[in-house]
Amino acid sequence: MKPSRAGDPYWLLLPTLLLLFVFFVFPLVMLVEHSLFSWDLLTPARYVGLANYRSLLRSGELWQTFGTTLSMSTVVVLGSMTSGLLLALLLDRPGHWAAFVRSAVFSAYVVSWVSVGLLFLWLLDADSGILARIYSHFSQGRAPRWLADPALAPWAVAAVTIWKITGYALVIFLSGLQDVPVSVLEAAELDGATAMQRFRSVTWPLLRPTTLFVATTSLIASFQLFDVVRVMTQGGPVRATTVFVYAIYEQLFLDLRVGRASAEAVVFFGVLLLLTGAQFLLFRTQESA
Amino acid sequence: MKRAAGWHAILRRGALCAVALVWLFPYLWMGLTSLKPLTEIVSSPTALWPAQPTLAAYREVFRSLPLARYFFNTSVMALGIAGLQITLALPAGYALAKLRFRGKRVAFALIVATLLVPAQVRFVPVFSLLAKVGLVNTLSGLILPFGVSALGTFLIRQALLSVPDAQIEAARIDGAGELYIVYRLLAPLLRPTLISLFLFSFVSHWNDYFWPLVLTTDEHARTLPLAIALLREQGTGVRWHLVMAGNVLLSLPALAVFAAAQRHLLRAVTVRGFGG
Repeated sequence: MKPSRAGDPYWLLLPTLLLLFVFFVFPLVMLVEHSLFSWDLLTPARYVGLANYRSLLRSGELWQTFGTTLSMSTVVVLGSMTSGLLLALLLDRPGHWAAFVRSAVFSAYVVSWVSVGLLFLWLLDADSGILARIYSHFSQGRAPRWLADPALAPWAVAAVTIWKITGYALVIFLSGLQDVPVSVLEAAELDGATAMQRFRSVTWPLLRPTTLFVATTSLIASFQLFDVVRVMTQGGPVRATTVFVYAIYEQLFLDLRVGRASAEAVVFFGVLLLLTGAQFLLFRTQESA
Repeated sequence: MKRAAGWHAILRRGALCAVALVWLFPYLWMGLTSLKPLTEIVSSPTALWPAQPTLAAYREVFRSLPLARYFFNTSVMALGIAGLQITLALPAGYALAKLRFRGKRVAFALIVATLLVPAQVRFVPVFSLLAKVGLVNTLSGLILPFGVSALGTFLIRQALLSVPDAQIEAARIDGAGELYIVYRLLAPLLRPTLISLFLFSFVSHWNDYFWPLVLTTDEHARTLPLAIALLREQGTGVRWHLVMAGNVLLSLPALAVFAAAQRHLLRAVTVRGFGG
């Protein structure tokens, strides 16, 4: 449509574009600039070129953070997708009971990360936590200190994350299951296919786009985990749960190293862009296939 | 045959109960812990029901924290963000969906591109920017960086594409200005979309921990998630009954919105995906 006055579209868009410039475009430019300086927020900044990037690479810190983030994300994505899919198959039916359980699982996705983090800190507490008590009741021994052991803490945090976001996978898989035609499933059943065979040859192939969508969106989101780590482990024990965003936060607010924090944020942004690009390409090939 | 079906039903019912238990027991345990005195928590950690239920933990939390201030801050922030996002996304979405003008593709591409930039990437420079203009530790500093929702703008544009031009032209002939068209004619047509966007934005920002953590240094602009998380970090020995009482106060509003408007939140999630 032709606008009534030529200027109309511009002022309708003005507030949006203004805020986008101030809080998205300009910060990105500043981020890259900051990453070339050494600055502690107090004394004047000093230009250091690519030194921040070099030291991140050389100290091995970047690879360690990347490795921790990638492995925790992988566990979270696989875990939440598996439980989400199983629950979707179990709960894809009418009735009050199924609806109630669907809501129960999804509610965890709506509650804050802080609530969930505190709740599980208490459940997993090594001294008076109910899970530790149940564990020692059945095994006679003391429960392992899940959150204080560097070998266990990443698994514990990943498990809590899975508990929280399974509701997301569940909801998306449930909407994906609506696209599986009941008539085909019934025909397969009449032909004598078992439930497992029906799933493998009808439901699963038809769910492929949904699966891909859940996988990529959860992966990108779990790369941004922060709250649950900050509340439950503060990146520890001995950096075992220091994921990307936590590392950047620590550089800035605990070490006051703006330059290094910015360099790490630039790298992190690059990784997110790569993941999003990969997602885009996957969907392209999916659609043309 | 019939017998097998019966077994199936029992197995399924059992699985449903197990799943419900895994997801609901933590809430139940949170509520029960908040009603116990500390001595009971330490002496019999596995006792399900409090022997002497008491609201002392809640009284203590209310006494030791300026909770009214935190509730106020959190509500103003979450309502402010959700309201601002919709107020700005409507005219922008309308211009992008319905009007012809130079630079439209660039503007649209810019808005979609910002979907790729999460708060976790931009917080370092945005923090120093807000520090320069004195907005650290203020509610405006908490609201403004989230005033535009690229996704909200995009979804409103998509929804407006299906509104017939004739309806807008008729309003123009009646002498309606652009603002009247956006807020009085089109907004009511998009009611379900707007409600979903508003509620989802409200709940996510009510829950937000990252941004208030970065941007607030004292209780002046502190929000509830931050204050409750601090309950655990304070003092010697964790007083779990207090932490859980605080946690009940923090999670109840989100759960209440969920109970009242589950349908809307589900809609928002299935279109937008998890996160940001």
